[in-house]
Amino acid sequence: MNLQQIIDQLNLTILTEPRDFSLILPGGGYTSDLLSCVMAGAKSNCLWITLQAHLNIVAVAALLEVAAIIITEGAKPDSATIAKANEQGIILLSTDKPTFEIDGKLWEMGIHILE
Amino acid sequence: MAASTKQVCQVSNQMSPTRRPARIPTEQETHGRRGRSITDDDANAINRVEELSYDLKVHEVMTASLKIASPEMPLSQVLEILRVNRISGVPVVKDNELIGILSLEDIVHAMQKNELSAPVSAYMTRKLVTVASYDSIVSAIQKFSDSRLGRLPVVDENYKLVGMITKGDITRGILIALQKDYKEEEVRRYRASHLFEDIISDRTTLVLRYNIKAQDFTHGGNASSHIKRALLRLGADPQIARRCGIAVYEAEINLIIHTTHGGILKLEVESHRITMSTIDDGPGIPDIEQVLQAGYSTATEQVREMGFGAGMGLVNIKRCVDKMDIESTVGKGTKLTMRIHVPTENFTGRKEE
Repeated sequence: MNLQQIIDQLNLTILTEPRDFSLILPGGGYTSDLLSCVMAGAKSNCLWITLQAHLNIVAVAALLEVAAIIITEGAKPDSATIAKANEQGIILLSTDKPTFEIDGKLWEMGIHILE
Repeated sequence: MAASTKQVCQVSNQMSPTRRPARIPTEQETHGRRGRSITDDDANAINRVEELSYDLKVHEVMTASLKIASPEMPLSQVLEILRVNRISGVPVVKDNELIGILSLEDIVHAMQKNELSAPVSAYMTRKLVTVASYDSIVSAIQKFSDSRLGRLPVVDENYKLVGMITKGDITRGILIALQKDYKEEEVRRYRASHLFEDIISDRTTLVLRYNIKAQDFTHGGNASSHIKRALLRLGADPQIARRCGIAVYEAEINLIIHTTHGGILKLEVESHRITMSTIDDGPGIPDIEQVLQAGYSTATEQVREMGFGAGMGLVNIKRCVDKMDIESTVGKGTKLTMRIHVPTENFTGRKEE
C-alpha cells in the first residue's frame, strides 16, 4: 500500500508540497500525542498519527525519519509549521476524522506494525 | 546507571531483508522493482530528481551542435546525415527559419512508396512543437508526454533554432547533475570522516556547542537535527546517529521546558565515544530519583498540551545511551551527561548502512 493510495482511500488533505506519493511505502504506524512516546516507539518510515499540529512535531518526525504525519480531528498546523516541514522534507497530511477511525482504517488497509 | 541499550533502543530497519519476518509478500512486493521498499536514500534521490526537473534548463541538457536539413534536400541525403551522426531526426530550416522537422519515421514512409529521391518538404512534419531554451526541463517533459514526440526543436527568445532535445538528453542531464550532487556530499563526508585519521594527536576531540534558550519551542529540535547530520557526515553508523539524535532531543527539550535561563548543549566526538551534555543554571532538581521514574513530570498544563511533559524524557535518554549521569543542586543548576560508545570501525571511513 503506497502513500498515494492511503491518501486517496482516507481522503486526506495534503498540507505540504506535492511529490510522487506513490513511491513512498510506509512500513507500519504509530499513534500518540506525547512526543516522548513517539520518540521511544515510532520506527523510521512509519506513519505517525496524532492530533498535535504545532511546530515541534516536525523536529520529531525529522529525527525519526517517519514517512508522513497524519494530523487528525481537524487540527490545523500554522504556516510556520508547514514551511518547516517542507524545509525538512516531512509530509504533513490532515483529516477531520478522529484518530481511532484513521487507525482502524489503516489497519484494515493492511498497514500493520512490522516487528 | 548504565543502561543496556542494545536490546531496548535497537531500531528496526524495515528495509533490511534480513530482519523481515516470514510472511506473505505484499501485492507491491510481488510486482518487482516498483514494489521494492524505498530507502531514505532512494526517497532523497527522487525528490532531487523532481527538484532538478525545475532547476535544470533546457539549454543545459540539449544538443547544440546541430545537423539540419533544407526543404529541397532529397530524403536519401537526409538518411545519410541521420546514419552518419546516429541520430533519428533533424530540424528543417529555410532562410534561418525553422519550418519543420523530419524524423526517421517520415523517411520510412517515403521508403514504403519508394520515394527516397523526393524533397524533404514532401514528407516533413510541419506541425511544430518547440520548447524554449530558457525553460525548465519540466516543460520539455510535459511536452514530450502530451505530444508523444521523440525530439523537440529548441528555440531562443527570438524563436531562432538553437538546438534539439530528446528524452535521452533529459535523462542524461539529470544523471550528470545527480552524480555531481552525490560527489559533493561524498567529498564533504569524506573530508569529515577522515578528521580523526588525518589529525594526529594522543586524543582528538571535536566539540560542538549549542545555546538553548528557555521556552524557545520554535527552535526546539534544531540543535538535535544539526547534531545528527554532523555525526552522519563524520561517518557515524546511522543507528548510532539516531540514538544520539533521540537522546539529545530529549535533553534539548528539557532545557527549553524546565530551565530558568536555558542552557548549553555540548557534543564531544571522539573516535571511540560520543559524549553529550547539557548544563544550566537553575532551578535544579530537588529529587533526582523521582525525575527518573517513567511518567513523572513537572511540566505545566500548557506545555503538556503541546505533547511534552509525558515524563518520558530521561527514560528515553537512558534507553538510548550507554551511560547517563545527572548532577543537580537546587538553586544552582543541573548537569546531564550522556555517553555512547562507538565501535572501532566507526569514524575511520564511511560506513554504509
